[in-house]
Formats: sequence, C-alpha cells, structure tokens
Amino acid sequence: MSRIKFEEEDIGINEPKKRKVNKSKKPIQTKVIEMKEEKKEPQKIKLKLEKTPQKEEDYEDEDEDEMSKLIEESKQIEKERKKEIEDGAEELQTNIAEQQTIVFESGQQISKPLNEGADLALLKQRIGDIVYVLSDYQKNREGNRSRKWYLKKLYNNLSEYYGYNRFIIQKFSQLFSVSELIEFLEANEAPRPVTIRTNTLKTRRRDLAQILIHRGVNLDPLAKWSNVGLVVYESQVPLGATPEYLAGYYMLQSAASFLPVMALAPQEHERILDMSAAPGGKTTHIASLMKNTGILVANDPNQDRIKSLISNIHRLGVKNTLVTMHDGRDFPKVLGGFDRVLLDAPCTGLGVVSRDNSIKLTKGIKDVRRSTHLQKELILSAIDSVNANSKTGGYIVYSTCSVTIEENEWVIDYALRKRHVKLVSTGIEFGDPGLTKFRERRFNSSLKLARRIYPHKLNMDGFFIAKLKKLNENQDENQDENENEDENQNQNENENENENENQNENKNQNQNKNKNKKKFQNKNRNQNKNRNQNGNKKKFQNKNRNQK
Amino acid sequence: MRPLTEEETKIFFKKLAEYIGSNIKKLLERPDDQYCFRLHRTRVYYVSEKIMKQATNTGRKKLASLGVCFGKFTKTGNFRLSITSLDYLAQYAIYRVWIKPSAELSFLYGNHVLKAGLGRITDSTPQYQGVVVYSMSDIPLGFGRTAKSTQECRKLDSEQIVCFHQSDIGEYLRDESKMF
Repeated sequence: MSRIKFEEEDIGINEPKKRKVNKSKKPIQTKVIEMKEEKKEPQKIKLKLEKTPQKEEDYEDEDEDEMSKLIEESKQIEKERKKEIEDGAEELQTNIAEQQTIVFESGQQISKPLNEGADLALLKQRIGDIVYVLSDYQKNREGNRSRKWYLKKLYNNLSEYYGYNRFIIQKFSQLFSVSELIEFLEANEAPRPVTIRTNTLKTRRRDLAQILIHRGVNLDPLAKWSNVGLVVYESQVPLGATPEYLAGYYMLQSAASFLPVMALAPQEHERILDMSAAPGGKTTHIASLMKNTGILVANDPNQDRIKSLISNIHRLGVKNTLVTMHDGRDFPKVLGGFDRVLLDAPCTGLGVVSRDNSIKLTKGIKDVRRSTHLQKELILSAIDSVNANSKTGGYIVYSTCSVTIEENEWVIDYALRKRHVKLVSTGIEFGDPGLTKFRERRFNSSLKLARRIYPHKLNMDGFFIAKLKKLNENQDENQDENENEDENQNQNENENENENENQNENKNQNQNKNKNKKKFQNKNRNQNKNRNQNGNKKKFQNKNRNQK
Repeated sequence: MRPLTEEETKIFFKKLAEYIGSNIKKLLERPDDQYCFRLHRTRVYYVSEKIMKQATNTGRKKLASLGVCFGKFTKTGNFRLSITSLDYLAQYAIYRVWIKPSAELSFLYGNHVLKAGLGRITDSTPQYQGVVVYSMSDIPLGFGRTAKSTQECRKLDSEQIVCFHQSDIGEYLRDESKMF
C-alpha cells in the first residue's frame, strides 16, 4: 500500500492534473507544524492545524473551485499563528525537547502565498523546516513523503528566497549537501571583505599600512599565507582614489585572486604569459614577483578592458610587459615557448555571486556549456604555449571564479587526456581538494591536487585553481583535432541528458525539440570549426549560433 | 611599431630634456639591458630590446602596449608627454617641486599649484621650467611648469600660481578610458 502511495505522490508532483483521488488513502488527522526559530523573530512559534480527511483529498485533487477555500484557510492559519506568537514562549520551549513529526501542507497550499508575493519570513521558515526534516529523514518525515519531494520543495523555496533561477540552484545543490548549500547561498548574500595588495615594486606593506592608517583607514594584514595583502575593515576615504592608490602603491583586489598568482610562483627573468589579463590585478602581481625582470605578455581580447589593463600596468610601475589583444586561442601561433602560463579563464562567475547579483538570474545551461567549450580550447592553447624543456618552469595555472564542475574539473580532466601534462600541487594549503568524482562522472584521481575555494568556508570569492606541469612537447595535432570532434559530440550528448533531468520539473515539449536542433547545430559547428582554422570565422559562427 | 625618425627624435628629446635634461643619456645607456624608444600608433614607448623583439611577432592591430608609454605625437606633429612616463621623469628630474598635504588633492584634481600649497622647490629653478611635482612624503604626483623662478616665488602672494599643472596621476581615474 505504501509503495503505491509513494508512486502517486511522485506523479502528483510532475503532472498534477492527471492525478486521481485516492479515496482509500488513510487520512492524516492532525497536522502539527513546529516552526523552527527564525532569525528575525526571537520567539518560537507553534502552529496547530486541524484537517478533515475530506480536505486532504481536495488538496490533491487540485480542483480550481477549491482555491478560494484554500485562500480563506491560509488566512485563518495566519490569524492563528499571530495568536500563538502572543501566547508566551514557555509552552514552545517544552515542545523542542519532544521529537515531533513535521507535516507539510500539500504542494498546492505551499505555492499559494508565493504567488501572492513572497513572504520572506515564511519562506525562510519553510526552508528551515525542510532542512530539519532532511537532517534526519527517517525520523522526521511525514508519512511516505519521498526525499525527492522534500528536496524539490526545498529548491523551489531556495530559489524564491535568494532570487536565483532554478538552474543555478540545481547546479549548486549537486555540489553541496543541503545544510552546506544554505550556508553557501547565505555567504553569497554578504559582500566579501575589501582587500588590497601592496605593490612591492613601489613600497613595502608596513610602510603602506602606516600611510593608510594616517588617512583614517582601519586595516590588518590579510592572512598568514600572504605577505602583501591587507584587509580593510572601514575607511574614511575612498580607497580607489587616495594619492597612494593613484601613485600605484596598492591595488584593490579580492583575496581569492592572489591565489592563482601564488600558485604560478613566477621567477625572475622568466617569460610568462597571462592569457586573459584585464583588468590587470593578477598581471601586476606577477610582475611584482618577477621584480620587473624577464618578459610578461599580458593578453586580453577585449578592446574596452584592455584600456584599464594598460592603465593599471602603468600606474603600478610595471615595465616588463607586452600587452596584446589576441584571441587566447591564437596563442602558440603568435608567441610561444613560455616558462609559465596563467590562464584565468573567462567563466560564468558562479563563484562571485556576491560581487554581481545579476549572475543569479542571467546564467543558464547555455552559458555554462559555452564557457566550458571555450575553456577547453583555451587550456589546450595555454599548454601548447608552454616550453616543456624550460629550466625553471613549464607550468600552467588554470583558475576560474566559478564553482561548477563543468568549468573546472571537467576542463582539467580534458586537458589531462589531451596533452602530456600532469597535475602538481598548487602550494595552497587551505581550500577543498578538487573533486575526483561527481555524480556519474569519474575524473583523473590526481585532481585532488587542485584547490576549490568556497565563500562560506574561507570568506573569499568562490575560486578554482589547478597547476599543471607540461611533461614533453610531442603532440600530433591532427590526431587531436579528430579526437576533439568525437569528444565534443559525446559531451554534447551527455549534456543533453543532463538537461533532460533538469527539466523534468518544467516539462516542455518545445524544449525537447530545441534540444534536438541544438544537437544538430553543435555537430555542424564542430565540424566546421575543424575545417576553418580562422579565428574570425569561428567567432562569426558563434555569433550566429547565439542569435538562433 | 617602428623606431623614431630623426625629426621625431628631435622633437621628442627636446621635450624630454625640458624635464630631465641630459639624463636622457642615462635612459639610453643602461648598465642592465639595452633599451630603446619605439613608435607605435603615434605613441612612443620605452622598452627593453628583448621585449621589443618579442613584440615584432604580433601584428600592429593586435599590439596594445609595450614597456612604458612616454607620450604621443599630436596630429600637428608636437610631442605630448603623458602621465605614464612619470616613473622615469621622477627618477631623473632635475628641478622638483614639493607640495603640502593640504594642496595634494587640489593638484590631483587638475588644478595649478598655488603659493599657499608650495612646500619646497629646487633652488634656482628658472621661470617656465619643466618640473616634477612631489608630495611631501616624496610620492611623485605629476609634472608641470613653473610660473615663476625660485627667486620670484619668495615674494608671491599665497593665492598666486607657482607651478602650472600639466599632468597628474589623477588622470588614471579621470581619463582611464581616454588614455589609450
């Protein structure tokens, strides 16, 4: 009996209208909701709700005529809740000790207040309730509600409460456990601390700190691992406009973006390439570690961003740079044989949501897929640009400000398969190790040497850093390209499968059609790409594709 | 990217000499490395030969900057020093002006230096001489030209201009998009 009910529950979620009323279903007579403590309201609330068996059926029937009844009822519940708040906290305290089962209203009722305008406090409380249930699912679940049902509700509530689109919540939920997910989302709401990097070409950290303290800036050394970083708590002057800033004594830079450069560990008199350099925070950091010796090639394809890059390079007194505007994929052809390459790849920015809130809504599966593709191309040209026989180097550092698997482990795994490189330790002692398995995927076991930085753990932007060592030069390029084609097709198919999973909730036949089209286009695109080596043509095709 | 023509070199060095005098020689004959001036899209860059050789690999359209930009030739053929050259100007400047902390911000907003803001000035600076402007803590802030000689400065009112503003590091904020 219970098994049958279970299945019906699941059907009910996906296709509510086809559902039949199960008259024989054993009704639940009393529902008790224990509301967990809310942050804004110090009091604990208890809510009792009596329901007749008939009503229970009605909810699941989803008859439109019942809507008005439901609204009335929810209003009543609101009234009761207010009353309960007034009845002191004593009774509530005793209830905490008892283990009570939490009962949820049916999906219909939950979605009701959301449509009328999200009541944030209520949402937050619901999230808390579900997390509580999931913390000990066996004990706390109501009847035969499936875990899937709870999770679905949770994701809906989370995306409503924090203002993400469903896709991003789904992506994050695959990375984190439920409680960690909420910590992560919460961390994305708060801004990261302001950090500055001392420009060691012009001054020392101690001197800079002293000058800034004189100007009324409250600061501290950033952390043990950095000897150039300062964290600013509060400032009476705008930090981006002090005479010291203009004179290039420091750079405003997030703490996490120190790490790729530290992992790169540039040495004096080397030839180093920074593939996507603008606006120059990392470039100038590299130059200051090289002490203005050797050659630093800073590349960025974007004409507008290149201005701030050049301006920052001059302001910080960097003199060993060559600034170019190539597409990163042109690279071994234009200039090659570098000792080290930093590839801070363009990404969806899902790790820096706190910096730019628009990411929450604008990024979708297309963006992730597009940037993954570009990243794979870029990392291969980065590897090809490195001189494996370099006496001091032969290293590539790959970093993104995103936390998704597709843009990180997947890209590195791809590079490991395509080129003769190995992962080496980044030299960063904190952060989580890279993932070697993710859902159905298995990555190279050495990926644990990569580092993942999470905002909720270290209070830095979400980041991924991996360091590769190139082992030898020999590569048959033609073979690669053929493989590329197969590879891409396989991956596209995989991705489409993923997408299928994701879109179960919003079943839409049109999308399926689109998917097939897309598949076809992708295949075409890959073939065309291999034919045309010309970067411009590629761009043009990409554009076309976007417009479609 | 190409070396400067004789005519261009003359104009450029004449301008540069107004600020650093015969120290130009030190720019060209450095003990550590071979350095040279190169013209790229009207701008003059000061760059080591090593980097210059690398730069020949990239096309003219794709090359954005190399080494340190000293300034640019205007369409009428004059040369204009830009603030990006300040590092070298400050290093080799002959005549210097220091300004008080209270006048720092005013100068960084693009105003001339008034007598009230003048902290120190190199002895025997002639009138209309190119000078580098420093803060009292020796941070180079920009460059300009003296309005009066050191002798005359002593007699000036506090509201009169001592040094004409030409360029200052505030431009990194104000004109970032126009600089390159």
